[in-house]
Amino acid sequence: MTWQEMVPLLGQATWETVLMVVWSTLFTVLFGLPLGVALVGTSRDGLFPSRAANQLLSLIVNIGRSLPFIILMIAVIPFTRLLVGTTIGLYAAIVPLTIGAVPFFARLVEIALRGVSPDVVQAAHAMGVSRLSIVTKVLLPEARAALVAGVTVTVITLVSYSAMAGVIGAGGLGDLAIRYGYQRFETPLMIATCVVIIILVQLAQTLGDAFADRLAKR
Amino acid sequence: MIQASGLRKSYGSTVALDGVDLDVRQGEIFGVLGQSGAGKSTLLRCVNLLERPDQGTVTVAGQEMTALGERELRAARQRIGMIHQHFALLSSRTVAGNVAFPLEVMGVARSERAARVAELLDLVGIADKADAHPGQLSGGQKQRVGIARALAGNPSVLLADEATSALDPGTTASILALLKRLNTELGLTILLITHEMNVVKSVCDSVAIMTGGRIEESGPIRQLLTTPGSRLAAELFPLPAPARGDVTITFTGAAEEPVISQLVRKFDVDVNILGGALEEVAGGSVGRLRVSLDGAESATALTYLRERGLIVEVAA
Ligand SMILES: Nc1ncnc2c1ncn2[C@@H]1O[C@H](COP(=O)(O)OP(=O)(O)O)[C@@H](O)[C@H]1O
Ligand SMILES: [Mg+2]
Repeated sequence: MTWQEMVPLLGQATWETVLMVVWSTLFTVLFGLPLGVALVGTSRDGLFPSRAANQLLSLIVNIGRSLPFIILMIAVIPFTRLLVGTTIGLYAAIVPLTIGAVPFFARLVEIALRGVSPDVVQAAHAMGVSRLSIVTKVLLPEARAALVAGVTVTVITLVSYSAMAGVIGAGGLGDLAIRYGYQRFETPLMIATCVVIIILVQLAQTLGDAFADRLAKR
Repeated sequence: MIQASGLRKSYGSTVALDGVDLDVRQGEIFGVLGQSGAGKSTLLRCVNLLERPDQGTVTVAGQEMTALGERELRAARQRIGMIHQHFALLSSRTVAGNVAFPLEVMGVARSERAARVAELLDLVGIADKADAHPGQLSGGQKQRVGIARALAGNPSVLLADEATSALDPGTTASILALLKRLNTELGLTILLITHEMNVVKSVCDSVAIMTGGRIEESGPIRQLLTTPGSRLAAELFPLPAPARGDVTITFTGAAEEPVISQLVRKFDVDVNILGGALEEVAGGSVGRLRVSLDGAESATALTYLRERGLIVEVAA
């Protein structure tokens, strides 16, 4: 395969990967953030303590965390068909990617929120702040640097998950590597794919770190 | 202003409050003095119901806190300021943002907020730091922000949990001076807890001494110091344990009369001074002298001292 043939293939696949990762990150934050808040909130010393709710949420998260992504991805295929109407292509891949990343991100949110000083939370109670406002005006803003770091780690995890999703025909760089690198022995393309993935991960980490740093410095 | 009666609170088998009564009068600075683990913080947290006592009632400014539901309790807390040992500022907000926080929660309009924040920062002397982040401030400056934030809702009561314990002596003095000023200028009633006698000595009008979840003695400081057998007096003037027959003399106000020399001249006694100290407490000076008396007229001499208004204790 020549460079002229490789570049458009790589360009297209990179774009698909970026789309998959961006969309699944958005959905992961959308579902994972409230789940993480709920994990912390329902815990014994949380704002809305409930043993039953906490154990249930924790169980769901642990199940999600213990299944290897490659298995989870296949297991949710019927659900994906129900939701998207198809199981092939990058939009279909967003479903397993999100389901795989939500429990992971929720735990990161939990860790970030637990890092907020209990002193500050107590001070907010003493000021007569409602529990919901403590979440939105104290916990989340105080944890924002750690939350950004959590999103960064999640993006990187999603880059790797999205490559695995190539196995079920999700498109993107993983798909490219499987179809050309694995099935047709196009080693140069395989290497180029790896390089692009490494660049994507580096980029995500650098941007995420810079952003988290800026928040933490204040 | 703050009344607590029969407060009990346990954590598992740990009894943090073991039947505490408290009466803080309007406009005074009331100190709760005790060692670490005595239950001081628990007591303070029971005042604004951050901790719900197992038993007993708390009344603040005429409102029974222990009878309020969650919503009413939040409204009541907005009128009780609190400052903390480690300041508890929001690191994600500027100094001005921290002071604006309680105002936001109370629903004060944005335009009014800015003016009120400026006024509060001015009051505590850090108007120039409005745009700084807490991380850029010294401990004393952070506590000033904490005080400004606590005053946002125009509280009649301020609760201070070891507010100066994380500060160096010089900064401690300046924060205490600020609290004293707010007490005088705004008529703010302050309930502060501390393990430092120095804090009590320099700003408090009244004190309660707490040990093992109980209050051992409490009342206006000058009154306690002139009460025979007072723990406060013993702690403030750490004289060696008296031998049998040793006399401890406590005097308040300026030591104008040369009582000791009069004593020796008028009576047939020898006075041996064993120890003594003079302290500035609650805006006046209080002294304690440990002496031993020898001679035929010792008993008469002691009566003479008592008649002159001195507190005389004879060790048994
Ligand atoms: N939230 C809590 N859980 C368990 N034990 C506590 C808690 N708060 C206080 N205690 C215990 O209650 C006692 C009094 O604590 P505290 O009121 O903090 O004392 P102080 O402020 O005088 O140092 C201590 O033995 C402490 O360990
Ligand atoms: Mg304490």
